[in-house]
Amino acid sequence: MTFPNPVAVAAPAAPPVHTRKRTTLSRLGQTFAMFRNGKSLAGLAILGFFVLIAIFGDWIAPYGPLDKDFQALRQAPSWVHWLGTTHMGEDVLSQLIYGTRGVLVVGFTAGVIATIIAVAIGVTAGYVTGWRSESLSALTNVFLVIPGLPLIIIIASQYENPSLLLISSVLAITGWAWGGRVLRAQTMSLRNRDFIQAARANGEPLYRIIAVEMLPNLTAIIASSFVGTVIAAVLGLTTLAFIGVIPITNLNWGTILFWAQQNGAFPDFWWWYVPAGLCIALLGMALSLINFGIDEYVNPRLRSAGERARAMRKKGFVLSDSVTAVRPRAAAKNPSDPGATDASTKH
Amino acid sequence: MRFFLRRTAFYAFTAWAAITINFFLPRMMKGDPVSAYLQKNQGRISPEAIDSLRTLFGLDSTKSLFEQYIDYWQLLFSGDLGRSFSKGLAPVTDVIASAIPWTVGLVGIATVISFVVGTSIGAYIGWRRGSKADGIVPVATFFSTVPYFWMGLIAIAIFSTTLGWFPASHAYDKGTQPSFTLEFAGQVIQHGFLPALTLVIGSLGGWILGMRNMMITVLDEDYVTVAQAKGLKPSRVLVNYAARNASLPQLSSFAMSLGFIVGGTLVMELVFSYPGAGKLLLDATTAKDYPLMQGLFLVITLTVLVANILADVAYAILDPRTRQMEA
Repeated sequence: MTFPNPVAVAAPAAPPVHTRKRTTLSRLGQTFAMFRNGKSLAGLAILGFFVLIAIFGDWIAPYGPLDKDFQALRQAPSWVHWLGTTHMGEDVLSQLIYGTRGVLVVGFTAGVIATIIAVAIGVTAGYVTGWRSESLSALTNVFLVIPGLPLIIIIASQYENPSLLLISSVLAITGWAWGGRVLRAQTMSLRNRDFIQAARANGEPLYRIIAVEMLPNLTAIIASSFVGTVIAAVLGLTTLAFIGVIPITNLNWGTILFWAQQNGAFPDFWWWYVPAGLCIALLGMALSLINFGIDEYVNPRLRSAGERARAMRKKGFVLSDSVTAVRPRAAAKNPSDPGATDASTKH
Repeated sequence: MRFFLRRTAFYAFTAWAAITINFFLPRMMKGDPVSAYLQKNQGRISPEAIDSLRTLFGLDSTKSLFEQYIDYWQLLFSGDLGRSFSKGLAPVTDVIASAIPWTVGLVGIATVISFVVGTSIGAYIGWRRGSKADGIVPVATFFSTVPYFWMGLIAIAIFSTTLGWFPASHAYDKGTQPSFTLEFAGQVIQHGFLPALTLVIGSLGGWILGMRNMMITVLDEDYVTVAQAKGLKPSRVLVNYAARNASLPQLSSFAMSLGFIVGGTLVMELVFSYPGAGKLLLDATTAKDYPLMQGLFLVITLTVLVANILADVAYAILDPRTRQMEA
């Protein structure tokens, strides 16, 4: 397979708005254009923070995650233990820091596996027609409808010591269907566009049409379904750990909550259970923000609608009123089309 | 007609797939906990019960897989899901039947409230796009990324342990018998309020965001402009023209997300010790009660399917196009 890397072929997909010289850097920039907005950047920043903690956890953590200090049991936060201690005198902050790794590794592994399945099945289902497409679509829908968590609980409970890879795979198998469905819909709309027809008329082989012509146009949706699966996997993992289905040797934020509940931390020892939940929420929020940014890149109206409405309100219009509202005097000085044009040129 | 035929075929296929997964699950298990249990309790279990358990768990090594599969279907049609190990060998169907109404009631009401409220808020935010109302979106998203069980624990810590407003666990007061009296209904509402509230808050974000995004797309459509140009009341444009069309994808994603919702509520029941299917499943997992686990998975999946069918009917009522295909 000698076709150029997908970064280079992303060019025809992007709108030809500029006449700048195409350097490798600008091409790379185009590929990541979906992340170039406030929301995505904020999300990526928070995510990056957690990734750094996961990587350098060994150096950052003030104590070992299971180091016991029997002089300090169930201590409230202090300068010695920033987030207090557990019933065994373990440092909660250190447990959180070490737990980050478990959460991120499982989340991303599950995301990668699920995305591979979703792309393989979704794109194929969108590209082929007839009964093949229908049966792949039915398969996707079956996986969507079958409740994943009970299935995971049953499968995980049959193993004494499920490995991280097994947990990730099960989370991925129950979590790929949504992405597969969206990808199928998008591929179906792509396959009738002119450039695909042209590629087919030129006799390009199937794998090349899919890999070179289609995939670059699907990157945003693939990225968004990846992020969505990671959110679901993180929630799934912490839930499983909280129930106690996952062995406690795999330290993550859910295990902290499991121990906290088992040892009567509620409601008095707030430092034991509040931070772990907030971390899950913060990570989920970061990933959601990335997805908001991608959504707005795919559908620019989501962002421009607000800007347009604000611009019109400044000129004295209220969008939700009837269009027949009389134009106020102040706005009459500016005869240009209210708002609609400046928004459409921005994106 | 075509629409209904396709949907029927889909549901039949999904039900078949769920039942078949259920058939293969115990056969993939390592070891053989069931026959060990049967040996330990010889004499206590009736021969028929042993027979059905052998079929359910694939212990009939003399029969081929296909014959086992046929037997399995016969058992299902006669309503026999085996005996529960942890509940004194009571029939699994009876055990599940006592738990399912609680889950369906709690999750059903909470989900419908969340869907209606979330969709209304989303429609409003989309309508007033660009205003301060947009600020609701990040807040709601935050709550939807918090795990249900954690929010439930916090709610218990605040509202029942500290403030004492609501009971922390169970579906009704201890010592009372379920009955159709006003007093009992009051207890059920009091006990169900916190779990339902947590479920609603946790799932609101998704509905708000989905509806807002659809509204923004729909509001740019020509028919909305025409409706406004005709001088219709804004409220009529909002409800009958924009929101009605924008809510259609909401409804189909409602159907599709039921599986996720059910998953979240299972853990919820553990936190609130609510006597529903989720608590039962988790208890069965700890007790290694395999027949009960199998039966629960099957019943939960089929319940989700029924809910999906209801959502489909609602879709057909709201969207005339699905009905017009008949003509």
